[in-house]
Amino acid sequence: MNNSVEMKDISKSFGSNLVLRGVNLSVPAGKVTALLGANGAGKSTLIKILSGLYPDHGGSVLVNGSVATLDSPGTAKSQGIQTVHQRVDEAVVPGLSVAENLLFEKIATREKGTSGSLAKLLPEARKVAAALSLDWSDKFLRKDVYELDIADQQLLTLARAVVDKPSLLVLDEPTSALSASEVDNLMAVVRSLRDQGVGILYVSHRLSEVDALADHLVVLRDGVIRGEQDAPFAWNEALTQMLGDDAGDSASSAKEQRGSEDILTISGLKLFPRSAPFDLAIRSGEVTGVIGLLGAGKSETAEAMFGAGKSKPENMTLHNSEFKPTHPAKAIKRGVYLVPEDRAKLSMFADWSIQRTVTLPFLDQITRGFTLDNSREKKMGSDVIAELGVVAEGPAQPVDSLSGGNQQKVVVGRWLQGDPQVLVLDEPFRGVDIGARRTISAKARSLASQGRGVVVFTSEVDELLEVADRVIVMVDGEPRMDTYLSETNREEIVNTMSEVM
Amino acid sequence: MSQVAQRVQESMRVRMQDWLVRYGFIAVTVILFTWFILSEETFRQPSTLFSMLKFTSVVAIVGLGVTFTMVVGGLDLSVGSVAGLGVTVSAMMMVIYNLTGLFSGAMVLVAGAVVGIVNAILIVWMKIPDLLATLGMMFIIMGLKLLPVDGQSVSSKMILRDGTVAPGRFTDGFLQIDRLMIGIVPLPVVLWIVLTFIAWFMLTRTRYGRIMYAVGANPEAARLAGIRVEWYRASAYVISGLFAAIGGMILSSRIGQGDISAGNSLLLDAVAVALVGTSVLGIGKPNAWGTALGALLIGIVITGLTIKGFPYYAQDIAKGLVLVVALTFSFTLSRKKARFVPAT
Repeated sequence: MNNSVEMKDISKSFGSNLVLRGVNLSVPAGKVTALLGANGAGKSTLIKILSGLYPDHGGSVLVNGSVATLDSPGTAKSQGIQTVHQRVDEAVVPGLSVAENLLFEKIATREKGTSGSLAKLLPEARKVAAALSLDWSDKFLRKDVYELDIADQQLLTLARAVVDKPSLLVLDEPTSALSASEVDNLMAVVRSLRDQGVGILYVSHRLSEVDALADHLVVLRDGVIRGEQDAPFAWNEALTQMLGDDAGDSASSAKEQRGSEDILTISGLKLFPRSAPFDLAIRSGEVTGVIGLLGAGKSETAEAMFGAGKSKPENMTLHNSEFKPTHPAKAIKRGVYLVPEDRAKLSMFADWSIQRTVTLPFLDQITRGFTLDNSREKKMGSDVIAELGVVAEGPAQPVDSLSGGNQQKVVVGRWLQGDPQVLVLDEPFRGVDIGARRTISAKARSLASQGRGVVVFTSEVDELLEVADRVIVMVDGEPRMDTYLSETNREEIVNTMSEVM
Repeated sequence: MSQVAQRVQESMRVRMQDWLVRYGFIAVTVILFTWFILSEETFRQPSTLFSMLKFTSVVAIVGLGVTFTMVVGGLDLSVGSVAGLGVTVSAMMMVIYNLTGLFSGAMVLVAGAVVGIVNAILIVWMKIPDLLATLGMMFIIMGLKLLPVDGQSVSSKMILRDGTVAPGRFTDGFLQIDRLMIGIVPLPVVLWIVLTFIAWFMLTRTRYGRIMYAVGANPEAARLAGIRVEWYRASAYVISGLFAAIGGMILSSRIGQGDISAGNSLLLDAVAVALVGTSVLGIGKPNAWGTALGALLIGIVITGLTIKGFPYYAQDIAKGLVLVVALTFSFTLSRKKARFVPAT
């Protein structure tokens, strides 16, 4: 069999954390192999190993039958493995022309005939473009890549990666920034590469693209390959493998709460260039769980509610009166709070204590006269510790020195010190132990039972089943299913998430 | 060596290191001060000490303003030229336009605030990186202040453009800013202490200061906590302009004329003392008392070297060494991550 690249028993750990545990995967030449996996499944680690960024991995990688040493990005490329990373804007060199970018590696290695004027590069650049049936004029080749839109930049990085006809081309979420017609363009290029005999490893969360493009599908979860299929794919099975099916003890034992009154309504929210605007109403007295894969538009929706995002809905109401937060400060004033997705990056401050972190949005409450009242500040910190059972020495302990679960309790508990009308939690259980998860979801449910609105965004079915009353499934920037938990089940939710349009 | 002994040695090393980070800076100050006191008769006289403090006060006050911009993660390079602008503006008001000292002083503050506002607009709303925007402003001010005075230093009885003699002079009141003694302490030193106290109070005891540090530590997290980050960053530049103007006022009163080169050397010194200040007590963050102590150390070093008869260029070497040693405490030895350098 003509295997272009074979990975044998690949493993990798960070400290005591085993991220890949014996992955065997082969990517045949002239085929598109899709790699699917949820957050933290180990996909990006695998990609980084292939592109030479993690030399100290276990197992071996064979290129055309012989063992490859992948100890730097340069050696990975020279042995025929090219990777196009997700952030294309970091891969192109602004200030240089398209042609220079296209032949950048040859210029960097001072290959003969690549020094001198731009005109000298053009014939070679034309050849590369033509090989991919890209219709690039000389004028386009002379353009500064700075002027290119993201779709052309994506095509350019792709073209650059295949200048030397690699054995394996790794594409990491290549379409996340593209519109529908741009995706079609890119897929045509990928198909033509496949037909020229390049082995392609396609990593994407967009099931419809994978469905249209891939010949073979591999599902990764917790660092292990959970399943493989040939096209046509059974998406249910793939999603179950990807998200896990061990319902275990996670099913919510709490009684379903149903609210009747709309507390926050959104209309005309358009998230992506290729998605349609949608309406959504959050009801008080219930926990709304929104589930979707990465890139389904969850964080964007959460930020829109909080006045923090780029996508602005046409209209929003809170308690039936107009709600147009142009800044998070305005949302907070009305009692709409957001616990953002990435706590270290978006909620924490280096070396800040629990009490400082907790009081920041509510400094008015602890100000007496001109000064901050230390005892009130301490009390608010202690309140959060007590209410959520944070394991800490005291309110003066730095948040960064706590465990992930306790950090999350602090950044959630902070907002309970205000007067939450609608509490929006974006991936509140990521990197959080089971105990903290229970505490936080119990807090969310009790807040809802007090007649407030609670929205939890997650990509894990288990988490959804534990916390939510109402279930909304988001796919590609739009809600696809909106029902109550008691009227649906895990299978149906996974089915909707895996719906391929 | 046994494992236990190795571990003991290791923990000794770590403790040594932490001690150095915390007290190394103060130790250096005390050691130098003691050395100068013991070796130089002149250094022991109170008058020497007070003139040293007086001489340091301008740098220290301008450095306080820089501290505010560093707290929000920026840096103001225009402070030296703002102080120079203060000198020219005050001289122009009193000598050429024959206005009162009080009004002239007020105009200096207005000038400082205006520059601060322009800096804020360039940086916060036009999104020009701090260093570059304030560098540009530095040049603009250095040139612009010469425009109304035809590039001349302003002194009393100077001949004006129309051939007449300048009608005014530095008022006695204005000259008192630098000369007045409160008890045995010169007024600029009192101002230095009072302003340091105010800055310390604002930065550590009020809602405003808490937010300033939040903005500097993580602007996006601050925004998501409901803080209007832009306004707080802007305020830092206005405060910086005001402090630089106060420094310029003291300088003007000290020189007693509108020297056009005044303030030019202040920038590097002021930034240096604010940077040195971050390493005091291993705080690793810009802070008011740290800046004051940083200025004090540099004052001691310069005075000591001068008394010991070192050539003038030894001063710059000494200042540079103090800065590098202080930064070693913050960056190399500290196990905390120091973060106060703008992202340019």
